[in-house]
Amino acid sequence: MNQLLITVARRLGLGLFTLVVISLVIFMAVEMLPGDIATEILGQMATPDAVAAIRQELGLDQPVLYRYVEWLTGLLTGDFGQSLATDQPVLGLIDDRLINTLYLAGTAAVLSVPLALGLGILAALYRNTVIDRAVSMFTLSAISMPEFFIAYVLIMFISVQLGWLPSLSKVDADQSFFERLQLTILPAITLTFVTCAHMMRMTRAAIINLLSSPYIEMAYLKGLAPWRVIVHHTLPNAWAPIVNVIAMNLGYLITGVVVVEVVFVYPGLGQLMVDSVSKRDLPVVQAASMIFATAYILLNLIADVVSIVSNPRLLHPK
Amino acid sequence: MMMTKAHSIECREAPVNPDGQVSLWRKVMRGLAEAPPTGLLGLVVLFAYLFVIIFAPWLAPFGEAAVVSDVYEPWGGQYLLGTDSLGRDIYSRIIYAARNTVGITLLSTVLAFVIGAGLGMIAAVMGGWTDQVLSRLVDMLMAIPLLIFALLLLMVFGSSVTALVLILGCLESTRVFRLTRAVAMNVSVMDYVEAARLRGENLFWIVRREILPNILAPLFAEFGLRFCFIFLLISSLSFLGLGLHPPTADWGAMVRENAMLITFGRMTPLLPAVAIAVLTIAVNLVVDWFTHKASGLSK
Amino acid sequence: MIDSKHLDKQARKALTSRRGFMKSAAALGILSATAGSFALPAFAGKAGPSPIRGGHFRLGLSNGSTTDSLDPAKFSDVFMQSVGFAIYNYLTEVTADGKLVGELAESWEPAPDAKRWVFKLRQGVTFHNGKPFEASDVVATFNHHRGKDSQSAAKGIVDPIESIETDGSHTVIFTLESANADFPAITSDYHMAILPAKDGKVDPNAGVGTGGYVLNKLEPGVEAVVTRNPDYWKSDRAWFNKVSFLAITDTAARTNALRTGLIDAMDRVDLKTVNLLKMDSSLIINDVDSDQIYYFAMNTQTEPFNDNNVRLALKYAIDRQDLVDRVLKGYGRVANDQPIGASYLNFADLSQRQYDPDKARHYLKKAGYDSLNLELSTSSAVFTGAVDAAVLYREHAAKAGININVKREPADGYWDNVWMKRPWSMSYSSPRGTADWFFSQYFAENANWNDTNWQNNRFNRLLTEARTELNPEKRTEMYAEMQALVRDQGGWIAPAFSAYVSAATKKVQHGKIATNRDMDGNRIAERWWFEG
Repeated sequence: MNQLLITVARRLGLGLFTLVVISLVIFMAVEMLPGDIATEILGQMATPDAVAAIRQELGLDQPVLYRYVEWLTGLLTGDFGQSLATDQPVLGLIDDRLINTLYLAGTAAVLSVPLALGLGILAALYRNTVIDRAVSMFTLSAISMPEFFIAYVLIMFISVQLGWLPSLSKVDADQSFFERLQLTILPAITLTFVTCAHMMRMTRAAIINLLSSPYIEMAYLKGLAPWRVIVHHTLPNAWAPIVNVIAMNLGYLITGVVVVEVVFVYPGLGQLMVDSVSKRDLPVVQAASMIFATAYILLNLIADVVSIVSNPRLLHPK
Repeated sequence: MMMTKAHSIECREAPVNPDGQVSLWRKVMRGLAEAPPTGLLGLVVLFAYLFVIIFAPWLAPFGEAAVVSDVYEPWGGQYLLGTDSLGRDIYSRIIYAARNTVGITLLSTVLAFVIGAGLGMIAAVMGGWTDQVLSRLVDMLMAIPLLIFALLLLMVFGSSVTALVLILGCLESTRVFRLTRAVAMNVSVMDYVEAARLRGENLFWIVRREILPNILAPLFAEFGLRFCFIFLLISSLSFLGLGLHPPTADWGAMVRENAMLITFGRMTPLLPAVAIAVLTIAVNLVVDWFTHKASGLSK
Repeated sequence: MIDSKHLDKQARKALTSRRGFMKSAAALGILSATAGSFALPAFAGKAGPSPIRGGHFRLGLSNGSTTDSLDPAKFSDVFMQSVGFAIYNYLTEVTADGKLVGELAESWEPAPDAKRWVFKLRQGVTFHNGKPFEASDVVATFNHHRGKDSQSAAKGIVDPIESIETDGSHTVIFTLESANADFPAITSDYHMAILPAKDGKVDPNAGVGTGGYVLNKLEPGVEAVVTRNPDYWKSDRAWFNKVSFLAITDTAARTNALRTGLIDAMDRVDLKTVNLLKMDSSLIINDVDSDQIYYFAMNTQTEPFNDNNVRLALKYAIDRQDLVDRVLKGYGRVANDQPIGASYLNFADLSQRQYDPDKARHYLKKAGYDSLNLELSTSSAVFTGAVDAAVLYREHAAKAGININVKREPADGYWDNVWMKRPWSMSYSSPRGTADWFFSQYFAENANWNDTNWQNNRFNRLLTEARTELNPEKRTEMYAEMQALVRDQGGWIAPAFSAYVSAATKKVQHGKIATNRDMDGNRIAERWWFEG
């Protein structure tokens, strides 16, 4: 047990360290901005006094490391700085949108995970049959299509021609659960397409890998029913690779969300990030990048910890 | 006796060069003959795209940015696929976009490989501190989701062609590094590599003569996969308005520019997206074919 | 071959002929009358169903930014203008016929001359928070925009006010630096919303007004919701129970929202596909001719735009008719690098500048350049075809050796971060009632919205002198010279005037639509209604 705890603790520590390094990378990347930030912001109104005032407001006089530490501690206490474009706290800009993005990603995850697992296991069981080939071709197409393509195709057929669902996802906090779901379902399906396809392929590969192990062959030879082999002998060992696959793809979901939000004009963090990049609104981009990176690292961390924890060698050491 | 006869009927020896090696041409032909139909389809499509890219100026009836008629003309007549939001011929723009989009993707992929594979092999052969430092560095860089990192860097450096190629090339090189290091590791522990080291061959010789030839197959497959990834990423960036500038034709940007038509049930803006999807599928099919070959598995 | 598209274009051209415009010019000319005491227009005058109360009206708007604020001094986009006209009132109002009538002011007159204006205010009006409306509110409101360091967009037009006093609780007296016959018109400017005063000051962000609707919520860049003010003093306005303003900057999304019933009306129809939209039988397309102007603003104090030769080169390097045909699809007219159009009383009808790449090259050479590389910032926030217009301009200018790099900026925050910040950007403006009003707000040297940073001594002198000139012929001459100055030396490349084209579902009803601002003078919330 000790060995397990130590390994998990080490992994958590590594995760934390990675987060700090990432924050440094994100902060420093912005420092490489060519030209003077203050003059850029002020444009036509750039009198020497105004430039000096902005420099002071942004704290550009202070050394880089000092500013970095300030920024980092600010992040931890919920102070994400002031948006350059709106002069309002970044936190206020982000909080609603983060919830919206999480809602969208969550809906997509709820849809895609069971579907991917189910299809992946089926494909693995019936591998090299026609079903498998067809599903394989389908998933290959899905991962080869850009998200905006799938989004527009869905809009064209379901929204424009059939009129079943709206193509504009104006969600806000005042809506009922059902209303909100209705506005979110089309973008969620778009995300599901691609994520599900990735997950399905990886699940299939993982299960096939497991099924070709000697002990499974042994189980079959013993005459056990196939479903028994699956449920009692394969699945327990499948959790680790499957959770790994899910976590990796949920990480993919985070980036897929950006394009989908733009197509459906969904008020989420991804759309905010794209706009802020165009506007060079540094504090917002930094904060949003940190959030995305943190979520990504967290998911990978969970995946790693689960595979550590479900490793029988660590669970039952000699 | 019978076995020898059977052997001689079934197993026709390939003609050999004076070197004792089977000629490259023969290898290629045999490879093609053994290919699965999907692999061949992919290859055919790839060559079709290559053809369009090379002969674009002859294939396109109008210029890339030439305003030829009224906006949103319907399909048919002079304008095969109609005109776009400015009155430019969509068919011509799709053809020219092939050059622009695929061109940038190729440059980035090549850059990613030069950096990633190069460093990966070095790390695998040298081991020790070099390996540790490089691997940790790559791990850290890979901890940021790619699109987010790309957006961040694009904000800083702007989205000129140079910036795009450099940013994407460098970011993707991390994935290439990982793969190359893994496969190169397998090779570098082989006896003949050990022997070369003992002989006193220097790093570059070992990498070039012993490692590289033996990892070509997985590298080739990875090239295809990276190409697809970067290709989709660039299309998405252009779609978001952060890729190539107007009026440069680009498939992702073209979808965005003409998205208005979808509201009216017209399919035209989906065509550039189809072009993206078809190329990606084709490359994936070819990569699948090679992966199967390399792993020696039969279908 | 004559087909429907061709006919349509012809019809458009006829409507936008000068003659058609002169008629409305006469109407707007009343804005320059010296005294006025107009009753509120009764709702008469439109054949058709009379208005019914009720319904939740959802309006999709093309602009709307996370930087939007309730402070009228900062209003700069259609979103806040529309919300503002719903929740606030003004001293005067421009009707759909182009007449200036009293809103919170019952009457006004110059006393004894146009240097001193006495406004009699309406009695019995209360703000949404219960406070009774009185003269001190007007004083505090105007003072909010005045001052040497004022950041208000209306600074240019309130600067000429020397002092404001009250005379009792319902009379306000404005004393100007010099006589200005057009002063009352300025009080209808969308920045001059009357706010409640407390201790002589207004709270600009409270969103409390006397208007037909009460503010429920405002999420800048996303949505605003207002509900009907049951105590609204206008008995024949504010028919909807609830109005939602939705910021949908993406044109395709906005059009789709209208077609799928997510919204009831929208502004800025995409002109490239308006013919396709007309085929949808559930929608009505409204187009209204106006002197709304689209332009490219150069910062005349930075290189290379500080050389007037460069400015002239750029003005000759644009094919105006091509823009009107291709981008505006005929829903507009060619413009002449200055904002005063045919609907203004003092419209000078100067000779029209034409596309001439050779002349452009000539001026470029005079400035010392063989060729020029420039960056132009634009966005769909300016108008739906703005990016297309920029790309077309690029094609035109290339023939003159000018290489324009079109930079697409995001729509959100365009008016705060791009316009007036980048050396060369695109913009638009609704017409103002008078030339003095427009010039004071956009071209006077200290105007906050002087987006070209133009400092022309002769123009500034003429501007102040023309206000006091009583002889109408001399006045016309002075305004003519001002227009010529702007055309030939100003920083605006203004290729086109444009109609207001909006769309709504058949359920939505309205009277005559005003031409002074988009969406029925931006007063769509209080003027329109649902059919029964």
